[in-house]
Amino acid sequence: MTIRPYGDTQNDGKVQLSFTLPVNGGAHGMACAKDLARQMGMPNPEVVHYEQMGEGFSMYVVYGMVPFGVDPDTVKVAEVESPVMSMGEIEEMIRDQLGREVVFVGASTGTDAHTVGIDAIMNMKGYAGHYGLERYEGVRAYNLGSQVPNAVLIKKALAVDADVLLVSQTVTQKDVHLHNLVELVELLEAEGLRDRFLLLCGGARITHELAKELGYDAGFGPGKFAEDVASFAVQELISREKRG
Amino acid sequence: MKPMNKLNLNQDTIAQCRALAADIAQEVQDFIDLHTTLSVERSVLRLLGVDGVDAFDVPLPNLFVDQVKEEGDLSRGISVYLASALTATGLSLEDFCGQFLSGGVKLTGHPLLSREQAQAVLQPYLEQAFATIAENRAYREAQLARFGPTEPEIYVIVATGNIYEDVKQAQAAAMAGADVIAVIRSTGQSLLDYVPYGATTEGFGGTLATQENFRIMRRALDEAGEQLGRYIKLVNYASGLCMPEIAAMGALERLDMMLNDSMYGIIFRDINMQRTFVDQYFSRSLNALAGITINTGEDNYLTTADAIEGAHTVLASQFINERFAILAGLPEKQMGLGHAFEINPELEDSFLLEIAQAQMAREIFPEAPLKYMPPTKHSTGNIFQTQAVDTLFNAATVMTGQSIHLLAMMTEAIHTPFLADRHLAIKNAVMVKSAMRHMAEEITFREDGIIMKRAHSVLDQARDLLLQIRETTMFGALAQGIFADVRREMTSGKGLEGVVKKHAEYFNPAMDHIREALK
Repeated sequence: MTIRPYGDTQNDGKVQLSFTLPVNGGAHGMACAKDLARQMGMPNPEVVHYEQMGEGFSMYVVYGMVPFGVDPDTVKVAEVESPVMSMGEIEEMIRDQLGREVVFVGASTGTDAHTVGIDAIMNMKGYAGHYGLERYEGVRAYNLGSQVPNAVLIKKALAVDADVLLVSQTVTQKDVHLHNLVELVELLEAEGLRDRFLLLCGGARITHELAKELGYDAGFGPGKFAEDVASFAVQELISREKRG
Repeated sequence: MKPMNKLNLNQDTIAQCRALAADIAQEVQDFIDLHTTLSVERSVLRLLGVDGVDAFDVPLPNLFVDQVKEEGDLSRGISVYLASALTATGLSLEDFCGQFLSGGVKLTGHPLLSREQAQAVLQPYLEQAFATIAENRAYREAQLARFGPTEPEIYVIVATGNIYEDVKQAQAAAMAGADVIAVIRSTGQSLLDYVPYGATTEGFGGTLATQENFRIMRRALDEAGEQLGRYIKLVNYASGLCMPEIAAMGALERLDMMLNDSMYGIIFRDINMQRTFVDQYFSRSLNALAGITINTGEDNYLTTADAIEGAHTVLASQFINERFAILAGLPEKQMGLGHAFEINPELEDSFLLEIAQAQMAREIFPEAPLKYMPPTKHSTGNIFQTQAVDTLFNAATVMTGQSIHLLAMMTEAIHTPFLADRHLAIKNAVMVKSAMRHMAEEITFREDGIIMKRAHSVLDQARDLLLQIRETTMFGALAQGIFADVRREMTSGKGLEGVVKKHAEYFNPAMDHIREALK
């Protein structure tokens, strides 16, 4: 069954959008905005507001109706499928089923100076009431911080005999994050190390689907916490050990 | 409008904090006074007028300093080598630079002049630089007097990576009401041990700080300011491995504020602490002379540490930053001490705790142009929610009389700001500033209310922390991870190899001039 966006009535198709045009505001600018919205597929867009911004720029708020829809049953998305467990359950699973410490090495790589993502997952305190990996019994976590070259991350992972590599990417301007993420996979493959580690990435613009495409084992986007990462990692390590 | 003691803070505790910070900073200062760095020496060269790059884009100041490091004794300072080489070759500085690049002359291998002789050789070059810096300062002060003061100053960032796009965005922001424009640097520049050269159009998450980019933006803001009848301030980063050199560039190109923290690079960029402490002293001395307001970075502590539990670390650090600034000769009116609204907005009374922190900072540092930073940690991509939180932040600024108001963007955590993001943020701040114009004067705080109790408790905790830091020393406190939960060792981090113990005959005529002028 096809669905359309919901404004206030089932399948009314209502959408809102805003954008800036490099023209001055006014009747002419609004007509330009309307024309653009029509080209996006909205038959009768309404330009409800414009703002003049500096000289030669104006911003528009547009409402419209899209005449097309999607069939949710035909849309597939890759998601991490293993169940998410609590910190206690994860610790128990490490103790009872793995019987050894799990070593995580994480970093915000390349030129990325943001540690907010990797800290949220790894640091003792965690984020929003979800403790980080450092707090987990049976986990040894090394957070290398920001601006870590991929080669340094690999070197550290070998030195501490890591099980899992965690890569955080926050800056996405001009797709710099993709470049960093791909480079790590290439380096690991070149050195024959790709299968030695579970390779996970995360960040505000990362999805599991993107991660798989880039050659990672899993990806974690916004709203994911240490237990999401640890649940996947521990279950995957156990199943890999069973497979031998 | 400067506030009285509305929070009934214990003045003895505040005095005790200042005394403790003085002890803590003095110990570091004793270390600083014995050392120089590659970057300090390169700054002296920049002030003398050494500029340009070789065929591989390596800046001349780096080439000069590296040559003396390898073939001479840098602990004497670069200046005596330069003066001696100019005398021995009989060349002007400009001709010497040209011939150095073509391999015709070297800095080493000449008889070293005495301090007095070297001073005499370099004096004309120094006078030129310091005359430019004095003119810049006088021009800024005249413009500010002409147009009158603004408070809070609305501060926004541009960060396109391309200086020419930055100009468009900065001019549009000024027209919307921005008073201060900061050009965010390309990510990673803080770890470059040289300053890139020329106008640049490529960068990630920001635009490279180069002297030419400074000039281009300065010109654009002066133009916009004339049109608007305001003086638009320009900001860049005197931070990272080239902190002192960028301070020199900023002084020469009339920047008005510089991000300049005594500890930020140590904690957040893993730059070696010895390097940072020595560099911040030279930078701040130069900022003081140039009339540049520094922005400190305490706001960042709470992006990693918990905002409620870590609030007192911000205050303790403000006391320490204040003391380092005093030691460098910065007057209080140039100390843009930073703090931020990073308390989880979902928590009950989070706004009250924030008001407590902001009002407390205002009362403890009454003359400092406090820089109030936007919340970023709890921005998720929900632009509508972020805009609402940012409005609270704007209200807190006005209610507590903050001076420099860095605006939050609703698209925080998504991308560097679009033109419209910045415009909406400015309009929001301008609306709140006008709607709440005299709010601060209307407010008194309830004796034993949540806000007053919170401020008292944070002040007491800051005092206890300062006691602990004095006990362990600053170096020890950093090793223990007291700030932002990040641990750093005395000999770890980037740039340690660029720290040099001064020779008994160490000579730095630029620093001598600055210290003399600041007396």
